[in-house]
Amino acid sequence: MFKRLPEADEATIEFHFDGQAYRAVAGDSLAAALLANGIGQFGRNAADNSPRGPHCMIGNCFDCLVLLADGRTAQACLTPVAAGMRVRPYDPATAGSPE
Amino acid sequence: MNATVDVELAVIGGGPAGLAAATLAAEGGASVLLLDEQASPGGQIYRNIEAVCDRRPAIAAALGDDYRGGLELVRAFRRSGAGYRPRASVWEIAGDGALAVVGDGGAEVLRARRLLVATGAAERPVPVPGWTLPGVMTVGAAQTLLKASGLAAGEAVIAGCGPLVLLFALQSIAVGAPPRAVLLSEGFGDYLRALPHLPRAVGSLDLLAKGWGWLRQLKSSGVEVVTGVSAVAARGGSAVDGVGFITGGGRRDIDAGLLLLHQGLVPNGHLLRAAGCAQEWDPAQACWRTRRNSWGATSRNDIAVAGDCAGIGGALAAAEAGRLSALDALYRLGHIGRAARNGRALPMAAALRRHLRPRPLLEALYRPPAEVLRPTAPDTVVCRCEGVRLAALTELRGLGVPGPNQAKAFSRCGMGPCQGRLCEATVGRLLSDEPPLAGRTPQTYTIRPPARPVTVGQVAALDGLAEPAGEVSGMLDR
Ligand SMILES: Cc1cc2nc3c(=O)[nH]c(=O)nc-3n(C[C@H](O)[C@H](O)[C@H](O)COP(=O)(O)OP(=O)(O)OC[C@H]3O[C@@H](n4cnc5c(N)ncnc54)[C@H](O)[C@@H]3O)c2cc1C
Repeated sequence: MFKRLPEADEATIEFHFDGQAYRAVAGDSLAAALLANGIGQFGRNAADNSPRGPHCMIGNCFDCLVLLADGRTAQACLTPVAAGMRVRPYDPATAGSPE
Repeated sequence: MNATVDVELAVIGGGPAGLAAATLAAEGGASVLLLDEQASPGGQIYRNIEAVCDRRPAIAAALGDDYRGGLELVRAFRRSGAGYRPRASVWEIAGDGALAVVGDGGAEVLRARRLLVATGAAERPVPVPGWTLPGVMTVGAAQTLLKASGLAAGEAVIAGCGPLVLLFALQSIAVGAPPRAVLLSEGFGDYLRALPHLPRAVGSLDLLAKGWGWLRQLKSSGVEVVTGVSAVAARGGSAVDGVGFITGGGRRDIDAGLLLLHQGLVPNGHLLRAAGCAQEWDPAQACWRTRRNSWGATSRNDIAVAGDCAGIGGALAAAEAGRLSALDALYRLGHIGRAARNGRALPMAAALRRHLRPRPLLEALYRPPAEVLRPTAPDTVVCRCEGVRLAALTELRGLGVPGPNQAKAFSRCGMGPCQGRLCEATVGRLLSDEPPLAGRTPQTYTIRPPARPVTVGQVAALDGLAEPAGEVSGMLDR
C-alpha cells in the first residue's frame, strides 16, 4: 500500500500498536505511522462492527479512530505520534477503559 | 485551561486564504491570532511546505511548482507578527463570538472582536459499494500522506474526476510510485457540456492548457487510463482487494490493495452553519455555501469568510479573498478609513475575478456524475458512521419521511461522530423530490454546535461558553 520514500526516512522513533512495536518518523500523524507500517485497519465501526481505517486524512470522516493508553478515543489522522506511545485499535466494546 | 486571549481578529484556518488575511491584517496594525488544525502553516494545498522544501527536495520537485510557489505566502505570514496557534481545532463559534478551541493544552475559550473563517474545502464524499473498507481512501488523503510524511501510494487504482485526480497521478509517477490504473468518470458528454463556457475562460488559457497537458502526460506515461467509467465498486473482506467498474467495453474488475476516490471539492462550512451564518445552495458546484458579500461579510455581523470554505475557487482566489476580507477587517476595526480600504481593494478584486474566470468551465467539465450524487446500488453505505445503507433510506422515503432531520430520527443517519459531513448531501438528495437533480435545493441536516465532536469532559471544562442548545450529535463518550 503505502511506502516511505527514502528522502523522508528520517530519524525514527518507536511506538506500539496492539501490543507490537513499530517505527515512525517524528512529525508523522498516528495514521501515517500505521499506514507506513502496512497497517490499514485501525479498528471497528461502533454501529456495525465493520473493519475501518483512515479514509479522508483531514479530520472529517472519523474512520481512523484508535484508542490511546488511557482509553481515550483519538482521530489518528490529527494525532501526532510520540516516542513510546501505546495505541490500540478502536473497539466500541473497550473504548473508554484504560489498557 | 480557560485562559482567555483577546485579539482584534481571529483567523480560523491556515491555508492560502487564512495566511494571506492574517499577514495583511497584522501588517496593517491589528492584533491577529491564526488558529489551524495542522501542525504547520499551508492548508491543504501547501501542507507541510516548509519542511518539504527544506529537507525533501525530490518530493518538493515531484509535488511541482504550484506547491513550491506557496512558500512565499507562508514566509510572509511568519514575518508578519500575527499570532499562530497550530494543532488547534475550533469546534464552536458561540452566539457572542467566543471560540471554543481544542488544542495541545486541552480545551479553552478565546475571544476576538472579529472572526475570519477560512476552513477551506473537503473532498466530496463518493458513496460507492465497499467504500468503507480499509484501503479505500480519497485521492486527497493519499496526497496528504505524501506531503506530510513522504509516503507514496504504490500500485493504487485511482477513480473519479477533477484536476486533483490527474495532478496526484502525475505526482505519484514523479516519486516513482505510478498508479496501477486511472479510471476517469468524465466522458464525451462532459466535454460537450463544457464547451459553452469556453469563451469566458479564454483569458485563462494557461490554466486550461495545464489541464490538457496533464491528461496528455498521463496518457503517454504508460499508466492505463480508462475514460467514461461508471458503477465503480470496491470489493474485499477485511480490506479492499479489488475494484469493479463499467466502461464502454463492458464490465471489468482490477485487483487493487488501495483504491483512491475523488469527485471534486465541497466547502468545509460546518462551523459557519452551526454559527448561524445564512447558507445558499450552489447548483453549479452542487453544494451549500455561506452567503457573503464581496468583502466576505456573512449574515453575522462579527464573522467573515474567505477561500474555499465560502465556495470552491482554488488557492490563488483564496489568497485574494483573504486579503479583501482582511482589508475590510482593518476598516471595521478602525485601522484604516473607507477610502483606503476601497482603493487598496481594487487590484485584489481584479485578481480575484481573473482567478475565478475559468471556474464555470471546470465545473461543467468535472461535474460529478449523477450516480455519485445519488447512489443507486441498494447495499451502498450512505452514512459511514452509523452504517446506514441506501436500501434503508429508500424504505424511509417510501414511508413518506419528509426530510433529512426526520430520517436521522428514524435511521440514525447523520448521528455519528462526523455529524453528517459525509452523508448530508447524499441523504438530502435521496429524500428530495423527483426529478432529483433538476436544480432543486436539497434539504439538509440542522447543525448544532459542537461543529467538531468533543468529549463530555472537554465541554464540562469550559467556563464562559453558552451551553449548546437542543439536541447534540457527535459526542464521543470520552
Ligand atoms: C486533501 C486536499 C488536497 C488538495 N490538494 C490540492 C493541490 O495539490 N493543488 C491544488 O491546487 N489544490 C488542492 N486542493 C484544493 C485546495 O484546498 C484549495 O484550492 C486551497 O487550499 C484553498 O485554500 P483555503 O485557504 O481556502 O483552505 P485550505 O487550504 O483548505 O485551508 C484550511 C485550513 O483550515 C484548517 N481547518 C479546517 N477546519 C478547522 C477548524 N475547525 N479549526 C481549525 N482549523 C481548521 C485546515 O486544517 C486547513 O489547514 C486540495 C484540497 C484538499 C481537500
